[in-house]
Amino acid sequence: MNILEFTILVAAGSFVAGLLGSLTGLGGGVVLVPLLTLFFKVDIRYAIGASLVSVIATSSGAAAAYVKEGFSNIRIGMFLEIATTVGALVGAFLAAFISTKALAVIFGVMLLYSAYLSRKPRPRAQRNLPPDPLATKLRMNGSFPSEEGGMRQYNVQRVPLGFSLMFGAGALSGLLGIGSGAVKVLAMDQAMKIPFKVSTTTSNFMIGVTAAASAGVYLNRGYVDPGLAMPVMLGVLAGSLLGARILVKAETKVLRIVFSVVIAVLGLQMLYKGLTGGI
Amino acid sequence: MTEANANQAASKEAGSKGVWTDQKLENLVGNLLRAGVSLSAFVVAIGGIIYLARHGREPENYRVFQGEPSDLKSVSGIVRFAFGFHGRGIIQFGLLLLIATPVFRVALSIWGFAAERDRMYMIFTGIVLVVLLYSLLGSGSAF
Repeated sequence: MNILEFTILVAAGSFVAGLLGSLTGLGGGVVLVPLLTLFFKVDIRYAIGASLVSVIATSSGAAAAYVKEGFSNIRIGMFLEIATTVGALVGAFLAAFISTKALAVIFGVMLLYSAYLSRKPRPRAQRNLPPDPLATKLRMNGSFPSEEGGMRQYNVQRVPLGFSLMFGAGALSGLLGIGSGAVKVLAMDQAMKIPFKVSTTTSNFMIGVTAAASAGVYLNRGYVDPGLAMPVMLGVLAGSLLGARILVKAETKVLRIVFSVVIAVLGLQMLYKGLTGGI
Repeated sequence: MTEANANQAASKEAGSKGVWTDQKLENLVGNLLRAGVSLSAFVVAIGGIIYLARHGREPENYRVFQGEPSDLKSVSGIVRFAFGFHGRGIIQFGLLLLIATPVFRVALSIWGFAAERDRMYMIFTGIVLVVLLYSLLGSGSAF
């Protein structure tokens, strides 16, 4: 295969990953690395570098659309970014000392967990919780336009737990080159009891900053190859922009099931390749 | 008007007042993000065309990890290489713009919090900015 053919195929694959990722809300980043390593036989370190770059592109592109609606909470995001960026640095440094086989195994486990998480029903959110002293001190409590009209107030809970989970989300992002939006939403929605809509939009806002913290390390270490990152970034960006445009009309329930099955299968493959040394 | 309604109305007013300055800042941030991504995608595409026109027929090789040459690793090296009109250098410069976009966003937020006289969040945002700048400019020397 010559470089031109390779570039076109990678761009097409990345386009589909970006499209499905944005339609299902599961993010394209999680399938990019398996796609590149399993199907295109790219070294996992190059794959992670290219994936990180595309995560910044889609997160920043999508965040631009969300901010207008007034859902995201910039204070919660900024405070938690301290944890995610430091975590991302740690993860990116660790990636240099971990064998590619071990990376593949961790990636496989993470994929299986995301597939499980996407099928698990979300417990109903508790409303009208009393204000937490630390969250109040950090001025995190806010309000957002609710479905019933008017503004709904919310009080953020369990800040230390959320902060620790965010450090983990950042480390995973730096280690595997993913946005780890699922863990971020888990930390905000489940641990800190932030309304789901606020959690998802704030998480999207944070993903780009988190990914930038590890992308710098990857770039400096020579893991970002322009020839590979170019079709991946452009493909994912185009796919996710199209996905965001047709999202309103499309029926995503079936698609979400299909995509979570794909994620699970890729997870098993990564586990298998990592354990048998095929990577 | 019932008490609940009055409460709701009061909280609505308080909420929208508090959100207003944040909202203005977020709109600015949103525009910055969009501009950064568009610009970097454009630069990457230009570099990609040049790269493919020159090297498209060569065999690909990403199976073996070699790491990038020093010109494509450091910020100063990339800028130098890009202005030499090398396809790969231009792509890498576009990617650098992309990585820099969230960094600018964070810097802009410090300014926003300063305008709100929110010292605590200026410090928080400052910490995030230092981590990002270290990653981009300082992490190369750690190895």
